[in-house]
Amino acid sequence: MSQDLKPRDAAEVEQAVQWALADEKTLEIVGAGSKRAIGRAAQWDATLDLSGLSGITLYEPAELVLSAKAGTPLAEIETLLAANAQELAFEPLDYGPLLGVPPGAATIGGVIAANLSGPRRVKAGAARDHFLGVAAVSGRGESFKAGGRVVKNVTGYDLCKLLAGSWGTLAAMTEVTVKTLPRAETEETLLLLPRDDATAAKVMTVAIGSFADVSGAAYLPAGLASRVDEVRALGGGATALRLEGVAPSVAHRKDLLAKLLAEFGKLESLSAAASRALWRPIRDVAPFAAGGQLGEYHVWRISTAPARGVEVGRKLTEAAGAEVFYDWAGGLVWAALPPADDVGATIVRAIVGTAGGHATLIRAPAAVRAKVDVFEPQNRALDALTKRVREGFDPRGILNAGRMWAGV
Amino acid sequence: MTVAMPPSDDAVLARRAEIVAALKRIVPGEGVIDSETAMRPYESDGLTAYRQLPMVVVLPETTEQVSAVLAYCHRQGVKVVPRGAGTSLSGGALPLDDGVLLGMAKFNRIRTIDYDNRIAVVEPGVTNLAVSQAVADAAFYYAPDPSSQIACTIGGNVAENSGGVHCLKYGVTTNNVLGCELVLMNGEVLRLGGSYLDSAGYDLLGIVTGSEGLLGVVTEVTVRILKKPETARAALIGFLSSEDGGECVARIIGSGIIPGGMEMMDGPAIRAAEDFVHAGYPLDVEALLIVELDGPGAEVDHLLDRVQKIAQECRAVNCRVSNSEDERLLFWAGRKAAFPAVGRISPDYYCMDGTIPRAKLPLVLHRMKELSAKYGLRVANVFHAGDGNLHPLILYDANKPGELERAENFGADILRLCVEVGGVLTGEHGVGVEKRDLMPVMFSETDLNQQMRLKCAFDDKSLLNPGKVFPTLHRCAELGRMHVHAGRVAFPEIPRF
Repeated sequence: MSQDLKPRDAAEVEQAVQWALADEKTLEIVGAGSKRAIGRAAQWDATLDLSGLSGITLYEPAELVLSAKAGTPLAEIETLLAANAQELAFEPLDYGPLLGVPPGAATIGGVIAANLSGPRRVKAGAARDHFLGVAAVSGRGESFKAGGRVVKNVTGYDLCKLLAGSWGTLAAMTEVTVKTLPRAETEETLLLLPRDDATAAKVMTVAIGSFADVSGAAYLPAGLASRVDEVRALGGGATALRLEGVAPSVAHRKDLLAKLLAEFGKLESLSAAASRALWRPIRDVAPFAAGGQLGEYHVWRISTAPARGVEVGRKLTEAAGAEVFYDWAGGLVWAALPPADDVGATIVRAIVGTAGGHATLIRAPAAVRAKVDVFEPQNRALDALTKRVREGFDPRGILNAGRMWAGV
Repeated sequence: MTVAMPPSDDAVLARRAEIVAALKRIVPGEGVIDSETAMRPYESDGLTAYRQLPMVVVLPETTEQVSAVLAYCHRQGVKVVPRGAGTSLSGGALPLDDGVLLGMAKFNRIRTIDYDNRIAVVEPGVTNLAVSQAVADAAFYYAPDPSSQIACTIGGNVAENSGGVHCLKYGVTTNNVLGCELVLMNGEVLRLGGSYLDSAGYDLLGIVTGSEGLLGVVTEVTVRILKKPETARAALIGFLSSEDGGECVARIIGSGIIPGGMEMMDGPAIRAAEDFVHAGYPLDVEALLIVELDGPGAEVDHLLDRVQKIAQECRAVNCRVSNSEDERLLFWAGRKAAFPAVGRISPDYYCMDGTIPRAKLPLVLHRMKELSAKYGLRVANVFHAGDGNLHPLILYDANKPGELERAENFGADILRLCVEVGGVLTGEHGVGVEKRDLMPVMFSETDLNQQMRLKCAFDDKSLLNPGKVFPTLHRCAELGRMHVHAGRVAFPEIPRF
């Protein structure tokens, strides 16, 4: 008998974990499996496939709340929200194009387990900030719940924050409740062709620190800008600044930004449709897409202080020949390094360590992910605390064991 | 009021002199307070019905001192209760007679302001308002604004995950902190997060935020600062029923508008506030809504037009829009003074804090009227309508025998009602000792045990702020035990392939 378990409800998830405990098996938790190639290359005895737990169980637009079983396709949720002029404001990226998986496959449980977000992270936060409540099965084989369905709640520990971004190493989520928000009525993007990287960094810092309430600030250097349709015509690198809201407000803020940024170069603007078309590939890291020119490169996701991002990128290019672009006003650096086993990892860790922040190896062959740390290594005290937290949820280490670090 | 706290450790009390001497070696000078008179100000927090003198008060000035104090107490098995400004409304900083009260007030410096990265690095004893004031000249501010913001500290805000009136649009503390330095009960010093978005591993900062001082002591906090909205205007809208007011709130949000603030008051709260502040509130309405829009002037004006139209459709009987900053502040003056205003019409009041799904407001207010009749106590309601956070103020007289107990029972029934309609026990005041014994209304034993196992990962001997949040204390070894039925047959009913 094969060891793939596909429970149909939360009770069967509990049974599956209890079986794994009794038979001393480790479990790989998957939703649609679209992010399976992220994490340490580890082996599990069986697969716990949660895609059978599917369906939206509650949606009240005026209450800004939606609950869904963990295996519900994100696309199904986004379609329903769009029909009500709402959205998940954290704008979760789709790793499909980067990892060579068909787009639109992700489940809501996977989105939360990976704490995904998108360009709007700078204004609206990440999945963690919109994750209100959860039902889950711990590695002890016990069903528990935390949080609730209201946005303001301090009753007990905020276990939702802990589960978001834990990559399935603490519990198998069976149902989640998230905050929904109205979609902006319209959007525009201002594009500026910067003289150099330093100017691009300055433009992003000025824009995001202004009254313009920018909801996206990205910089595509010349080499990569040429790979994105909406900015190719500029003929160089592009700094993109997104404004969202009601039309009179967007128009006002566009004027304000234009005045503020006049000294840095010529501005062009993209209307709503073109703006949406631009931010999708930025969100989904399309310049590094599998199957593209850089499809074999190792891809790193680096989170650092925004004003230091462009400097981190410059060093990576000089030291490792990295192609880089920037989101979150510089706070998110996407770097693609020519394939070279673990050499790149040493360079990335050293540069990010100096700047402050952390780096995650998002795309690399399994052989590389077996050799180098995928997640940022932690110091001894933090590593010990992380392991104690994990033991509190999964004392036998059966859920996604070793996906983040050895033993976690 | 009495509440069962963990039993005193006689062995610790017997060694009090030795413990005080050891603490004085760690924190020299006036940083250790052990006389009864000088400890008196620390005997309670904002929930003044509960009082207890601590064994000793320690006021450290450096992270090294905090670490040494905690490590010493960990070795010696001495309990520790952390305290910020002591404004908790749930007894989160209530001392223990055999515990050290660790006051963080001397950590009162703003260390760094970094406008390029839009962060401020502050010590935990800095007040909430001081952060906004420090960055006001550059037109920045710190978004969470609990009503105690002139006194409450950032460290306390992290412990309680404090909110305020603007959190529907701008989030609560957890959405506005990026990093902290944390000292564990064993004295280990950790850095969580920093000047960047997203945590590196587990979101431990997210779990420390709102942990009510049970997981560690924060010695530095990195907060996000935001650019102030260019303008703000408010509308004051009166309704003859809470149903109409509630419908208006739902339709404003349903139309895609997220106001900067949206507050509702019921008849008794409106009249008490107007008598006190003379803000010009209408006295012939049963629900009064303050809707504040913020952002560029063009946006605010545009959205206010829509809000007024929605209000008319929802049978509003009054609607005024602020035409100056003074007028906007006057609209808020009554709401902000609602608690003291109620204090004028009753010898005592008991402030509750539940959250409900917004649509349940008329039902909850109706049931609350029935409870009010049952207990023979009046109640006034203020409501953060945008996020469903309800603050019923129960009016009572502590000098009348049995009234305090009735008020407490009334309050507990209100919180049970909040949970029954899909809400929660506390929206922003915390569980503390006040709502500790109600936790089983919302959580099963399995749920609570899972939370307590998390505490064990941070504090293996349960020495940090014990007696708060959890109704029953278990030893960590007991919580860690697991019964596995080895050799059980795999469950055949789960589909396999």
